Amino acid sequence: MANIVELQSIHKSYGLGTAVATEVLHGISLNIAEGEFSALTGPSGSGKSTLLNLIGLLEKPTSGQLRINGQAIDGLDDAHITALRGRTIGFIFQFHHLLPGFSALENVMMPSIIDQGWPTAEAKDTALALLKQVGLADAAHKRPSQLSGGMQQRVAIARALSLSPRLILADEPTGNLDTQSANDIFELLESVNRERQSACLIVTHDPGLAARCQRRIHMVDGRLVDDPTANA
Amino acid sequence: MNLNLPFAVLVCLRYLREGRMQTVLILAGVTGGVAVIIFLTTLIGQLQISIIDKTLGSQAHIVLRPPQAINRTTLAPSDTAAIVQPRAQRLRSIDQWEAMAQLAEKTNDVTAVSPILSGAGFAVRAEASQPIALLGVNAERYQRIVQMSRYLKQGRFDVSEANTVVGIELAKDLGVGLGDKIRLVTVDGRNDLLTIVGIFDIGNRDLNRRWVFTSVKMAQTLLDLPGGITQIDLRVGSLFDAETTARQLQAQTGLTAESWMQTNAQLLTALKSQSASNNLIRFFVTLIVAVGIASVLVVSVVQKQKEIGILRAMGASPRRVMSIFLLQGGLYGLVGSVLGSALSLGLLQFFSKLTGNADGSTLFTPALDPWVVAGACALAMVVGLLAAALPARRAARLDPVQAIRI
Repeated sequence: MANIVELQSIHKSYGLGTAVATEVLHGISLNIAEGEFSALTGPSGSGKSTLLNLIGLLEKPTSGQLRINGQAIDGLDDAHITALRGRTIGFIFQFHHLLPGFSALENVMMPSIIDQGWPTAEAKDTALALLKQVGLADAAHKRPSQLSGGMQQRVAIARALSLSPRLILADEPTGNLDTQSANDIFELLESVNRERQSACLIVTHDPGLAARCQRRIHMVDGRLVDDPTANA
Repeated sequence: MNLNLPFAVLVCLRYLREGRMQTVLILAGVTGGVAVIIFLTTLIGQLQISIIDKTLGSQAHIVLRPPQAINRTTLAPSDTAAIVQPRAQRLRSIDQWEAMAQLAEKTNDVTAVSPILSGAGFAVRAEASQPIALLGVNAERYQRIVQMSRYLKQGRFDVSEANTVVGIELAKDLGVGLGDKIRLVTVDGRNDLLTIVGIFDIGNRDLNRRWVFTSVKMAQTLLDLPGGITQIDLRVGSLFDAETTARQLQAQTGLTAESWMQTNAQLLTALKSQSASNNLIRFFVTLIVAVGIASVLVVSVVQKQKEIGILRAMGASPRRVMSIFLLQGGLYGLVGSVLGSALSLGLLQFFSKLTGNADGSTLFTPALDPWVVAGACALAMVVGLLAAALPARRAARLDPVQAIRI
């Protein structure tokens, strides 16, 4: 199967050119196949979030090759990167990061509104279907502040799915939830992965959840360890 | 929920609604600013027009007079201790005035020409006598310079034959009315009996007391200047070019040409400083509005940092993010200027009732000049956009990763 993500000796440094320059990632090479369901684990400060931001095209690597969906990022300008990110990648954050001024439905529609420039009837239908899938059909017109933490996170997942991304990046999506809600969210992600064949990369601290993933990518101090497919 | 709007408009409107208090306050600020600018511009514009109108209503724009008679000395003034007394100016006719009047008529921008014979005299009735300025005019031509019919209180402006038109104060002083006869006497004793057929009130007591109109022929007889004319009054199309036209005529005719701008230099200075202070007020009001909009948007961008980061992470380009805030600034300007125009109309109506002339007429008409309104609205929008430019750029440059982490 083709790789949705290909990293070739990725380095990432912060504060380059200053006295406090630090290298966070030390030459990471990693491939993630289409439809793969993987966990990214590691202690705090090991560079998980940085790696996720790089894959999510929110940041640029200091050196190394990065290909998303077969597309090399090197020569792309910001507008193309933004468009590629919008269409290929869905984000789920630890804190739901919903827009407080918009209803659940509008939040789910937002990626499509951004992509199309305007809200379309199609986008609305898709968004309603997604809300139904995450079990929030009744909450479509509620504001995020009127929803519980678990519900907010499910809206966030529905939003991440709205453009049918080939890759879902989740940064501790369950970190802020009780065990029951966390389990629900994880199951939702699993079902999305099964039904849509979207690759999922989930940052988590929970070894139980990590163990349920097809693949576990472990990071320590900016390097990958014990990754059986790292050199594949 | 109104969803059928483009992304930037949708988000912008939602932000405006979310920050209701901010929106209301800044709109109040912009509204006030626009209202003050429109109100001041309209008020001062109208007052200036009415002041100029009143001043020039009884004046010619340019007056041509014969050159002053001066002494010629054989020796250069610096070589002699002799005291040379200035010549007394006797009443003299403009040489070849008919040709001069024709030349003036053909001059660019001159719209009316009226030859006048003016001199000193007395109006006498029984024991009462009053010093007057005798003005021999052609009624029809003079009306095109000073529209006497506007100022007539009684009768008509008719100076044919032995008819005369006098001011309201003179009539009071002499105790005469319409149809009464007065005797006009000049310094060398020539006199004639004339019938009053019109009484005017030109809005100036002094002129109301002194001006007495007769026909040119009557004045020529009384002032002993047969066939003569002492001044040519002109009216021009563009008021503020009068001085230029006057200089041109002086050069062409060799006569002394005096424009209203020279005669009313003080008034002109006053009008200019009034305009200058108006401009200053407008400038500072605009500046304050701009600073207000900018500061509200700067705060808004800081408040919305995280949301901006989320929008960016979802694929919104920096340009899109920028347009959200530019739109906000523009909308503040647009809505504020519409409200401000309405408010200024209200202010004008209120003040026109509050203030008034002595005669009960309003000092200005409470009407908005569409150009002033359009100008103020355009200015408010441009100021809104410019004020939003800096915060919008800041928003567009936010690093999504940093913004989300906050």
